[in-house]
Amino acid sequence: MQQPNKLSPFFENLNFERDDNTMVINFGPQHPSAHGQLRLILELDGEQVVKAHPDIGYLHRGIEKMAENMTYNEFLPTTDRLDYIASTSNNYAYALAVEKLLAVEVPRRAQVIRTMLLELNRIISHLFFIATHALDVGAMSVFLYAFREREFAMDLMEDYCGARLTHSAVRIGGVPLDIPSDWLANMEKFCANLEHELEHTYNALLQENRIWKMRLENVGVLSAEDALSWGCTGPMLRGSGIAYDIRKEEPYELYGELDFDIPVSDLNDSYGRYRLYMAEMTQSVRIIRQLMPMYADTKPQLMAHAPQYISAPKEEIMTQNYALMQHFVLVTQGMRPPKGEVYVPTESPKGELGFYIKSEGDPYAYRLKCRAPSFFHTGVLQQLLVGVYIADVVTIIGTTNIVFGEVDR
Amino acid sequence: MRKYVPKGNVQKQSYYTDRFHVVPSTPRTKVETDDVFATHLKTLEAKITVKSSRIELNCMVVEINHEDNFKALEVLKEECGYAMLSEMSAVDYLAKDKNFEVFYQMLNLKEVKRMRLVMRIEQGLALESVVPLYNSANFAEREMFDMFGIVSNNHPFMKRILMPDDWEGNPLLKTYPLHGDEFASWYEVDKIFGKDARDVIGPESRDEGKIERYDSKRFSRVGYEVPFGTEVTPGEEVKTEIEYSKTFLVDYTKGESKTIEERK
Repeated sequence: MQQPNKLSPFFENLNFERDDNTMVINFGPQHPSAHGQLRLILELDGEQVVKAHPDIGYLHRGIEKMAENMTYNEFLPTTDRLDYIASTSNNYAYALAVEKLLAVEVPRRAQVIRTMLLELNRIISHLFFIATHALDVGAMSVFLYAFREREFAMDLMEDYCGARLTHSAVRIGGVPLDIPSDWLANMEKFCANLEHELEHTYNALLQENRIWKMRLENVGVLSAEDALSWGCTGPMLRGSGIAYDIRKEEPYELYGELDFDIPVSDLNDSYGRYRLYMAEMTQSVRIIRQLMPMYADTKPQLMAHAPQYISAPKEEIMTQNYALMQHFVLVTQGMRPPKGEVYVPTESPKGELGFYIKSEGDPYAYRLKCRAPSFFHTGVLQQLLVGVYIADVVTIIGTTNIVFGEVDR
Repeated sequence: MRKYVPKGNVQKQSYYTDRFHVVPSTPRTKVETDDVFATHLKTLEAKITVKSSRIELNCMVVEINHEDNFKALEVLKEECGYAMLSEMSAVDYLAKDKNFEVFYQMLNLKEVKRMRLVMRIEQGLALESVVPLYNSANFAEREMFDMFGIVSNNHPFMKRILMPDDWEGNPLLKTYPLHGDEFASWYEVDKIFGKDARDVIGPESRDEGKIERYDSKRFSRVGYEVPFGTEVTPGEEVKTEIEYSKTFLVDYTKGESKTIEERK
């Protein structure tokens, strides 16, 4: 009989030891396959999961609370820490929500750069998914190859904004910097290399790999109704046969002008989702290829002209007194957007990333709610994990592609 | 006299407000201007009382009574085709209107329409859980309970989700300070070392930007460096003659600088 005290609290499997019942095990929060800080409490009958209870909150930093105590521009770098695999998507989703609230028009060149950065981030995130998912399932070499390509993509991000992980590469009203002179040439090289690698390395390693298919096929089956009911978005929704991509259905930025396909899979399982991720990377390359010639015939303006909300360009601040005064007020007090509320969805690599902002006309948001796709994808684990064997648990966590910065916020 | 600090909202406030600043509002249009939204609203009005409605930034916003939340969502799901509940949460208006605003953000995938169902609810009252309609409400309602203390009736597992189970207070209330309250500062001390250790350890400093000048264990003052852990008495600091610190503390008035000469 256990005698738990302060130093050795042990109470988990009393039930199991007493009458050969189900066993309760803790998966995480320090498990290498738990994708960060996921703690799963699994009730097992033999090797089969009877009940799964995702326990989250180990990375809770109160980002929504911080948003209420920061001016709109101050909060932008904090959004990097949501989905830290693809920070620019968070920056962009937040900036877009504020821009909708302010009703400012973003210049064309900034739009081209933003769309390119978003797609580059999608590639970075998807490569990370392939790498970690394969590693979880047991394919070590894919991890190394995918991280090599991801490194090249991060080099491009570094050339643009100087940061590799927490980019803050988007500002409210535009982008802070123009692209460096040889950036587009490097991007073209990267795209050509990635296309080649996708075809000859990843597809060759995984697509028809017998072990990979055995581990993924018919694992984590999610029907279309369940996907909708659980609020699944992004590849989780499209992997269940529903062709809904916000870039296509509710176009933002330049996606309305671009020509790309939305890959959909009706396999409903992990293998279908893996194929989606691969296909989406090819589409991202296609989008970037279309964007590169668009850059040449744009005017050099990078930030929107809305003196009430957004600081003037540096040259004006340095030469014109009134621009300097407005800049001073905007930096010290922050912008005061109109009163109202807005919810803006964007298609982040993980799914629908939306920001709900309630403004009372103050420089601080009255309420900011971040609709994170991973939060809802963690919820669906309660259903997906029931009935599977413990070896498939890791595969299913991998296929949901959850990132805990976003789940816990 | 001490300056009055509003207790109902301890979040950061703007220190300067222009008396003549008129806050504009986002453009709002009537629901009748959009055919699809108008039919949805009509279907909804046939079943429940709608208090107000508008279209704000491409999104229909419908206000109803909080008792009707389940019925309204049922109508929206079954008859209007809002197949997904994207998000739900609350906004704290306790200081201003003595109630919360709860919103349900819905998505109709077929017609590509988004709408928001809003309702006001007083503190202490419970909502009906919508988990039977949308499973996504499972986590979202738990988060709302955790952050605001709004309970959902008939929820399968109404427990805190992000904060620990034994936490006191609801972090997203406007009365809750950014760096946590008294309870928060003792939580980890009590949990790890026990309440007896409170006197020895002291409360947790939850302000990560705080700098203590005389704490030589965590901070080092430029020009006054001391060995790690030395006790420094205020007013009796000894200047250290370390070369590198001089590079930071350049005295421009003494040195022979050409630029300064020119300016003179």
